[in-house]
Amino acid sequence: MAVKQISIFVENKEGKLVTITDSIANAGIDIRAMSVADTQDFGIFRLIVTEPERALEALESSGCFVSITKVVGVSIPDVPGSLAKVVHILARHNINIEYMYAFITVSKKNASVVLRVADNDQAEKILTENGIKLLKESDIVNM
Amino acid sequence: MMDMEKKYFQPEFETMPVDEIKKLQDEKLVKQVCYVYDNVKYYRDLMDKKGVSPLDIKGTEDLHKLPFICKDDLREAYPYGLLATDVKNCVRIHSTSGTTGKRVVAFYTQNDVDMWEDCCARAITAAGGTEHDVVQVAYGYGLFTGGAGIHGGSHKAGCLTLPMSSGNTERQIQFMMDLNATILCCTPSYAAYIGETLHEKGFKPEDNKLKAGIFGAEPWTEEMRRDIENKLGIKAYDIYGLTEISGPGVAFECEEQNGMHINEDHFIAEIIDPDTGETLPLGSKGELVFTSLDKEAFPLLRYRTRDICVLSREKCSCGRTFVKMTKPLGRSDDMMIIRGVNVFPSQIEAVLLNSGYAPNYQIIVDRVNNTDTFDINVEMNPDDFSDTPKAITSKEKKLRNAMKAMLGINPNVHLVSPKSIARSEGKAVRVIDNRKRLGINI
Repeated sequence: MAVKQISIFVENKEGKLVTITDSIANAGIDIRAMSVADTQDFGIFRLIVTEPERALEALESSGCFVSITKVVGVSIPDVPGSLAKVVHILARHNINIEYMYAFITVSKKNASVVLRVADNDQAEKILTENGIKLLKESDIVNM
Repeated sequence: MMDMEKKYFQPEFETMPVDEIKKLQDEKLVKQVCYVYDNVKYYRDLMDKKGVSPLDIKGTEDLHKLPFICKDDLREAYPYGLLATDVKNCVRIHSTSGTTGKRVVAFYTQNDVDMWEDCCARAITAAGGTEHDVVQVAYGYGLFTGGAGIHGGSHKAGCLTLPMSSGNTERQIQFMMDLNATILCCTPSYAAYIGETLHEKGFKPEDNKLKAGIFGAEPWTEEMRRDIENKLGIKAYDIYGLTEISGPGVAFECEEQNGMHINEDHFIAEIIDPDTGETLPLGSKGELVFTSLDKEAFPLLRYRTRDICVLSREKCSCGRTFVKMTKPLGRSDDMMIIRGVNVFPSQIEAVLLNSGYAPNYQIIVDRVNNTDTFDINVEMNPDDFSDTPKAITSKEKKLRNAMKAMLGINPNVHLVSPKSIARSEGKAVRVIDNRKRLGINI
């Protein structure tokens, strides 16, 4: 069920982000979630988009260096303690979160979060057993 | 006689017994020295200053008495100062690439061109070139000797010659495929690039008709040779030469692929200690020095190449008797001194190829707060990148440790996107030394 995340290698050079955002915009693709990991030399721009395959194609054709990784998406009630609950469940089962970030989309009832773990299937099984709603690719398109 | 593949272009010289080669060199040297002394004032002054007369030179044993000539002399004498004959007797000019300073020009009479092309034909024949072969010349044509020398040699060897010049890789590949090129001649970095492009287009090594490649004009490593051989499905032969001496073909590799035979009927090679100028015995590592024996327009006696290598006269299985030179460790022009340590780009290339990277890199040297900075940008493999910086930084660290082990100093290694470093179609720009900009004497 895991969702596809696009990762883009961004060298610390002028205009790099312009190329990336332009090629996604020109392809008419919506960004649902994003995060940036950075080092002194480069950054990694991670995106959840409506059409990952098409986004990959558009980015590559504009010369970007891109890879696709599967990540876990969860939808939780937008109330205090929701995220803590997810983190507790994973911690209890010794599942390490490598990184996580939130979706941009705002709904009144729910918040969505991306989780990067080593084993998606295991994490998804445990989260489902504990009543956490997972995101499917179709949920991302329909947000 | 049996119809067998031609193994040598000029067997009478290439397989001449060693003592006869020496006799031939002795005779030619005496004549060449007199000719130079009589016709070139610059040399006459150098020899007079050293107190050497042409009469002192009776054979190769006396070579060490002659003064050296080096690139600075050639620059100083630019353009006509070392010309040994009337301009009306000359038919061609070539020039060095000028990557290391002011250009140097060399002149050729028709005999000079013929001798040079013979040398190139020997190289092509040694790589298996016959009248059945199609030689794709992807060295640059023009002032650079690469294109013209191999072109002429290919004619003499009877091959069908494809004068592509360098660049326009799409067209190189189209002609290579459509016209069944069997021998590719270019710089090793361009050969690697053509191989990479073929691979990207989905061609397998067996899809082309190439059987051999003759690559030179740049330092390259054994690792790079294997890489090119695998990518193109060929045997890759090294060739050596300098514009000052003639051009490519001063020395060439045979089927042993283990050192290059120097065309000793035309050139005498010596190895000297680069610091003292003392002649070193066979088998020693030192600076390669050439003396031309037949040249009419631009003869040079004891020209210091700044290339560091070793000469060996072990019997070669190919049957050639000419002395062999190892691949130069690097032209001392390419050598950088970083934090007091000598660094050759060829060493960096060897580490990259051993660590599974393509030789696509750029070295950037600068000086900050009186300390040399040393950065190497390397194109990462597509598989190196996923979604976390950790994967990349740990590979950078591994590569830095391998570099440190090879060089003795620590560079900052940066992995960059594939295809982001400009590809060379002629000589690669591997080093950006910003210290020169600062006017620092290095």
